[in-house]
This record gives sequence, C-alpha cells and structure tokens, in this order.
Amino acid sequence: MAEEVELSPKQKKEIAKWFLLNSPAGEIQYVAKDLRLVLNDNEVYDEAVSESFPIYNKSHMICLQMPAGAGDVLVTSFGELGENEYLDPRTAQVAIVDHVKQVCTEVRPATDEELPSAYVEEFRSALDVEILKYAGEAYPKGVCSVYCTKGKEVEGPGFNFELVVVISACRLSPQNFCNGSWRSVWTIEFQDEAQVLEVKGKLQVGAHYFEEGNVQLDAKHECGDSTLFQAIYELLAKYMAFNLLGLDANKVVGIAIGRTILLDFSAMLLISILYMKLIVIPSPDDSAISISNILRHHETEYLASLEVSYSNLPDNTFKDLRRKLPVTRTLFPWHNTSQFSLTREITKELGIGK
Amino acid sequence: MEAAMGLMRRMPPKHSETALSALLSLLPDHSSDLLSQVDQPLQVLFDEESGKEFILCEYNRDADSYRSPWSNKYHPPLEDALYPPAELRKLEIEANEVFAIYRDQYYEGGISSVYMWEDDNEGFVACFLIKKDGSKTAQGRRRHLEEGAWDAIHVIEVAPEEEGIARYCLTSTVMLSLTTDHESSGTFSLSGSIRRQMNMDLSVSEGHLCNMGKMIEEMEGKLRNSLDQVYFGKTKEMVCTLRPPSEVIMRLPDSTGL
Repeated sequence: MAEEVELSPKQKKEIAKWFLLNSPAGEIQYVAKDLRLVLNDNEVYDEAVSESFPIYNKSHMICLQMPAGAGDVLVTSFGELGENEYLDPRTAQVAIVDHVKQVCTEVRPATDEELPSAYVEEFRSALDVEILKYAGEAYPKGVCSVYCTKGKEVEGPGFNFELVVVISACRLSPQNFCNGSWRSVWTIEFQDEAQVLEVKGKLQVGAHYFEEGNVQLDAKHECGDSTLFQAIYELLAKYMAFNLLGLDANKVVGIAIGRTILLDFSAMLLISILYMKLIVIPSPDDSAISISNILRHHETEYLASLEVSYSNLPDNTFKDLRRKLPVTRTLFPWHNTSQFSLTREITKELGIGK
Repeated sequence: MEAAMGLMRRMPPKHSETALSALLSLLPDHSSDLLSQVDQPLQVLFDEESGKEFILCEYNRDADSYRSPWSNKYHPPLEDALYPPAELRKLEIEANEVFAIYRDQYYEGGISSVYMWEDDNEGFVACFLIKKDGSKTAQGRRRHLEEGAWDAIHVIEVAPEEEGIARYCLTSTVMLSLTTDHESSGTFSLSGSIRRQMNMDLSVSEGHLCNMGKMIEEMEGKLRNSLDQVYFGKTKEMVCTLRPPSEVIMRLPDSTGL
C-alpha cells in the first residue's frame, strides 16, 4: 500500500497542512504537537504551521483577548486588515496577532480609512448593540462582531452598503473529551434603490467527543431572507404594538416570518397602520432591531431542526444502518446453528416467526 | 506511533481513509503497525463464481490477492496461496451462511464475510465482517440518509478447548457515518469509530459458532447503543451547551417574575 518513495518536502508540507486544517474546534495545537513528532522535520513543520494557522484561525473565527483589558477580538476574514492585523469594530482598535501562538500581542487604534463613515457606523453600531444583546442571551460563551464589508465610505442615503454579523461560540472541555463550536455569519445588504434588505446566513456547528473513540458532528446550513424596507416597518409596527399591549415582543417576530400566533390581530393592525405612517426611512435603530429579530428567528429554528435530527436518530436514521433488534424482534437463534450448517432450519423457524 | 494514533483520534472519522494514507506516506517504516492498529473502511470485491460480493481485510489477503469465503478462491488468482485447513474451512463455510442470515435480520441488506485461520497457540482466530451502505441510493430502506455507512469488524481469538471450556477474546470495531440533508435544516452529519473488547469462557457444547455469534450479537448491540446514546448524545449535549434551547432562556425571566 505505502510506496517506498521518499516524499518531497512540498508533499510533506501539503499533508501536514491537511491535518492541521482538519483539526476540530480548539484542537489545532494538539494536532500540531503530534504532527511535529510524526513529521520529524522542523523546517517542513514550521512552514506548514505558519501557512495553516492563519487559515484555521480565520475559518474557526477564534476569539483572542487583547492586552491590557482592551476586550476581545475575533479573528475573521471580515476584520482582516493585514496578515496579522484584525479590526475590532466595536472598540475601533486593531489587534496584532500571533497566529501560531493564538494570542494577541499588541493593539493600536484604527485609522479613519480603516473605519466606516459616520453614516454607516450609525447602522453598524446600532446593530452591534442589538446583536450583543441577542448573542449574550442565546450563547453563554458567544462572542460577536459586526463588520462593514462593502460601502463603508457611503455618507448618506441613496447608496448601498453591506454589514456582516459574526457570532462565534466555542466550548472546549478536553478534560471531558469534548469540544465544540457554533459559528454564524450573517451578511446584510442594504440595497437602497431597491428598498430591500437582503439577509443571508451561514451556520456551522461542530462537536467532537473522543473518550475511547472518535465521534464528530458536522452540521451546516445556509438560509436567507429578503425583506423590503416596507416589511421592516410592518414587522416593527407589530413589534411596537405588542410592546404597547404589554406582550412579549420577541414572540411577535414570528408573525412577519410566517408563524402562527393566536392573539388579537385587529388591535395590532390598527396600531401598525398608524405607526407606519409615521416613518419614512428606517432608522439605524429600527433596522437593527428587525435584523436581530430575523437572525434570532432563523437561529432558533435551526437549533430546533438540529434537535429534530437528533431525535430522529434512534428510530429512523440509525435504523437504516443497523436495527436495534432483528426483523423478527427476537435475538438471533444461534443455538439452532450448532454442529453443522442448519441454515434451512433457521429459515424455517423464521418463517414461523413471521 | 503514539503521535500518529493521536492524530487519528482527532481527524474527522469520515476522512479516516485519507488520514491513514497520509500517515502511511509520512511513516513508511511504520506501515505494518499503522495498518494493524488503524481500522479503515472496508472494501469489497465481486466473486463471479458464487455471484456474491465479499469483504477484503488483512485476514483474507495473501500478497495482493484476496480469498473469497464463498468459493475459497483468491482474486486475482494466486499460486501457492494460504488456505485454512479442511476442518476449519468447514466451520468457515457454516459461519458464512449463518452470519449472512444474522446480517440480513439486523441490517436489512449489507454484505458480510467470515474468515478463519489457525493461530500459533493451537487455537484459531475468526474474523466477522459486515459492511452496510444505508444511503437512500443504496440499501437504506427508509430513505432517510443522504449518505450512510456502517462497517463492523469483529476479531475473535479462540483458545484451545480445555475440559469442554474455551476462552473467547473478542475485539470489535464499528465505524459509521451518516448524513442527512434537508433544505430546511441543511446537512447534518455524524461520523465516528469506537473499539471495544470482551472476553468470555464458554462451554463448547453448543459449538464455537453459537458462542461466537452470541458474543458478536451482544457486542454489536452494546456498540450501537453507546454510539446512539453516549457518543451522539454527547455531541448533542455540546450543541445545547453552545446554544441552550430557547425554552431554557424563556423560562429564566418568567421564574424571576413569579
């Protein structure tokens, strides 16, 4: 099987990178440690590590602590300014990171060119506040960030821009042989001329349990919503209406996105019509609330669908691989197979059993 | 070697073949250790003479040929190849027939093969293999799985019989992967491998096959159960730790309100 041909350093490096990039959440350092021993070639190892860690860190959207209590920064491609420089839009700081050590070594203030215009920043920071609130509630270990990825120079209404919401939650518990991560990336396009808000999400969940075995979950989902600004008003109006009526506003989100709810509609409708007439352009705060509600709705649905997938396992999904009991629902009659082949008798017995 | 095994414990089980071949090319001097310690997904050949498929493993291999348990012939043909002695071959034929029925009852399809050979201690070793493709395009009757594979390897060492009792040492490995794909929930994929051992001293009055079969049946039940309950359960627990289900969050403000 193994050919006795010596691999070139380049081939070795590619193999090493494959291992590093396939490391489960939080395990790349362990993989690197084992890999160094297996490779037994420091030059190849160093190259593989320096090429793989930045890719891994960005795709896993790892969270690093900035020095001197400057807060946390997410390492993502959306905040990448240079090879080792990552923007933290909330604090307008740039973190200088050491990819291989997975630490942030220095912080500097972001320059004006690196930050969005005051107009876009209003939308961004309003959304950041809402997402921070939401992620704080939904993800005990969640870290989030909102980036402006397109049109950061836009100075006022009439132009398009794009924000990206990142939520990264990681839980590492190697002493319990279990690690996992949840990653959400939401792209929100503010399309001014079309009066449309385009929301697209990519969710990725992984888990690794490795006590006396190796079992991994890998789940991915893409979803999206295209909402007219008009729809935002409606959503918002309902949201406001429910707030006025003293109801749980979070539950109301469902209406606009198509969930049934048994409440007094007429009162709500009246208020929403009144409310709609008051607004002309969605303010940063209004859009932030509706966007975070859309995200919450989709992510809650997704979690529910994961739970359904798990609950389908024992009786449906897994059964297509191996049943818990034979089709006869009794243990296999091994005692009838003694001495020589009595296959025919077994078949007969099964025939009676049916 | 330890580091290599460490890597195998961390790589996604559905990529275990790639991981193994990568390690083989990095560590050509350890290839026999790697091949014996790392279980890999089972391969299959078609035996034209019997019209049945059989499973390939280290135990039916001689040079680059593999022996079919159905026709007892090597594929491709091989001169001076190794064969089990007549007495053992008789048990092997019987085991293959019975095990095929067992397999069909639990797996509703799949392929099985049993190989036997003599060991150095005057006992013998038997290897029971099962491969099932449960994806909806193959033998997944309920059509739930976009992709689904189950490979089971059971190796039983049977010590020579003493006063009507024989010692059976069973080592079992199950490797599986399953993926569902729905528009509303995306792809959901679980893959894994576990290995367990079981030793028993049993009376041979009912025959070796009966004893081995019962042990395998018990072991497969345990493995399936722990994959389902423990291993999958732990990954689900992890998901719910990362993002607790909303009922949990909803309940918190309510309880303080009361």
